[in-house]
Amino acid sequence: MKETLVLNMGPQHPATHGVLRLVLELEGEVILNLEPVIGYLHTGFEKEMETRTYHQNIVFPPRIEYLATFIEEQAYVLAVEKLLGITAPKRAEVIRLILAELSRIASHLVYLGTAAIDLNVTSLLMYCFRDREEILDIFEMVSGQRMMHGYFRIGGLQWDLPQGFAERVQRFLDDFPRRLDEYETLLTDNLIWRKRTEGVAVLSAEDAIRYGCTGPVLRGSGVSYDVRKAFPYGGYADYEFDVPVGSNGDAFDRYRVRMDEMRQSRRIILQALRGLPEGPILVDDRKVALPPRRELVRSMEAVIHQFKLVSEGIHPPAGEVYASVESPRGEKGYYIVSDGSNRPVRVRVRSASFNNLQALPVMLRRGTVADVVVAIASIDIVLGDVDR
Amino acid sequence: MTRPEDVLVQRLGEAVVEQVRFRDDLTLIVPREHMLRALEIAGSTGFRLLTDLTAVDRHPAQPRFDVIYMLTSVEQHARIRFMVHLAADQTMPSATSLWPGANWLEREVFDLFGIRFDGHPDLRRILMPDDWEGHPLRKDYPLVEEPVEFKGHTPKVPSEIIPKSKPKLL
Amino acid sequence: MAVTGPPERGPSTTLGAGTIVSRAGSPTEATEADLRALESNILTTTVGRVVSWARKNSLWPAQFGLACCAIEMIATAQARFDIARFGSEAFRASPRQADLMIVSGRVSQKMAPVVKHIYEQMLEPKWVIAMGDCASCGGVFNNYALVQGVDKLIPVDVYVAGCPPRPEALLYGFLKLQELIAEPAHRRRR
Repeated sequence: MKETLVLNMGPQHPATHGVLRLVLELEGEVILNLEPVIGYLHTGFEKEMETRTYHQNIVFPPRIEYLATFIEEQAYVLAVEKLLGITAPKRAEVIRLILAELSRIASHLVYLGTAAIDLNVTSLLMYCFRDREEILDIFEMVSGQRMMHGYFRIGGLQWDLPQGFAERVQRFLDDFPRRLDEYETLLTDNLIWRKRTEGVAVLSAEDAIRYGCTGPVLRGSGVSYDVRKAFPYGGYADYEFDVPVGSNGDAFDRYRVRMDEMRQSRRIILQALRGLPEGPILVDDRKVALPPRRELVRSMEAVIHQFKLVSEGIHPPAGEVYASVESPRGEKGYYIVSDGSNRPVRVRVRSASFNNLQALPVMLRRGTVADVVVAIASIDIVLGDVDR
Repeated sequence: MTRPEDVLVQRLGEAVVEQVRFRDDLTLIVPREHMLRALEIAGSTGFRLLTDLTAVDRHPAQPRFDVIYMLTSVEQHARIRFMVHLAADQTMPSATSLWPGANWLEREVFDLFGIRFDGHPDLRRILMPDDWEGHPLRKDYPLVEEPVEFKGHTPKVPSEIIPKSKPKLL
Repeated sequence: MAVTGPPERGPSTTLGAGTIVSRAGSPTEATEADLRALESNILTTTVGRVVSWARKNSLWPAQFGLACCAIEMIATAQARFDIARFGSEAFRASPRQADLMIVSGRVSQKMAPVVKHIYEQMLEPKWVIAMGDCASCGGVFNNYALVQGVDKLIPVDVYVAGCPPRPEALLYGFLKLQELIAEPAHRRRR
């Protein structure tokens, strides 16, 4: 019998993208077994959300997956709206979609930067964060916060867009393709990058489905499944975009899928900006959304509605719904069980990273230690999303 | 065109005790002993992606738990949800033989709800520390583990700030 | 003793050994200009002050991110906010090489022993910044899974509020910590 070495990696390790711990069993440099140990960032979101009203719960989603904040808010808000049987006004829907796609670009930029720095391409992290800062500036302009926005409301938005929003987004998008091309030149045509990612961390389409993988991990393996296309939500059906798909299921294909997704996101935002309708940004349902400020001084009824909503919250009908969105990591779903009271009985967060991470041992079967870092980066996990 | 979920319901036949349709979500309630077979049939009908596996604690109602399986058909773009009512002392058959991805999901349900899965290869805690006592997502598990220590002030549990209204009778 | 030599030359010549050369053997020959140069070129201090001055301007943080705040911590280190202006761009992957721990995010019950372990691995002197509300006091979470503030585990020097704090807020907390280090009264409080 050959001698094996058990190696512990994490939970504090610069390349695990958070507090992930891996226990590796090695024979020389070859991985025989690998077990991810998770839970180091378990925050108890699901329990916490059972104790707050539906509106208060908007606080939590962006903190679960903190790289794609607006997409998280969108997922939760859409689930509650489905439970209530309402849809947000068209303008609110389009604004949500623009912000969600900007979030996707911001998140993929963090992926790109961290994946690059794991292979020692230090400058790319700086470039990616420079671009991300521009998106965060737009977010701050809209919501007042760089990351944890709390801007979406059940049935619409908190307030309308600020002046100059469209021009700002347009300016960013005009310059963005040039920068993406620059990054692609740095990486795609780089011999070291290709040698380190091509044929590394391969996951077959069959395995990806058996492990419940979604998002770029599944699409990198050649399965064209995107929630935006399969179960269109939030107005995605109105826009033209392609779903990039890889073929080999290796780290390089996942990288290519994400790069192409950024371009597709840009395409969606440009269409949405062009067709941004005028109109209300909050549903006109006093049982769901707060009455406008000007009504409060004139109408006693409005004051009562305001009081009831603030002190008690929304009372959705009893039932259970599942609504999901396509987050940068895959299918992100909220399963909400309501008993008709003002607080949910259960909020289940279907996390994409959790399932994707589970496939890590399959990707790294008979791989080498050096590939572990590449594989983790290529799944693009967010530990807050894994552990919740 | 027949929808994939209708085909599935037809194929399952007697195994489905009840069908619930709410906001376009179809939930099939299946008894515990037929569950694994139903999942297998669903898998062969095209619902190949186990999107989620979770549980709900209905305490103090009986039977106490609902175990929920969410399946997606990647090709046909359809979803289906299975639900099993489970008493507190009952166990579930493990779905790991059908989907290796069910492994962690079942461990999570065990960790947070204390529902055991028969035939699971490695049923340990996954999110909480190994020596943790209790199952946090059960309704009788207290929310506040460690009270904030501000002297001369008893902080309110967040859930008490807005009291929970009575559930509407169905 | 007379100090001679060209006055326009810097303090190294006046203070360095072997540069004190008597020009003509008489103290009276030192010019007025020589004496004035001396006044502005001698620095009296204590070793403690010099050491803390050096320490505060080259704090090496441990590369240790927990949750959302870690992303803002990375942003702080990048070009726009550029923590290198304050001498702390060298994030060390090993706690043994670091003297500052930025607890960036929520600390779970499972992570608590690890955080303490990492802190103990750092060499003295060491400082801790609790970045964000979760690390400071538990933030919006008050439940079974989270430690209500990292100060229940390790001593904290500076708390930075915010959820997450902006990079500027972290930098401000950082400057506060530098003030603390520079102040000798605080130098050895542990």
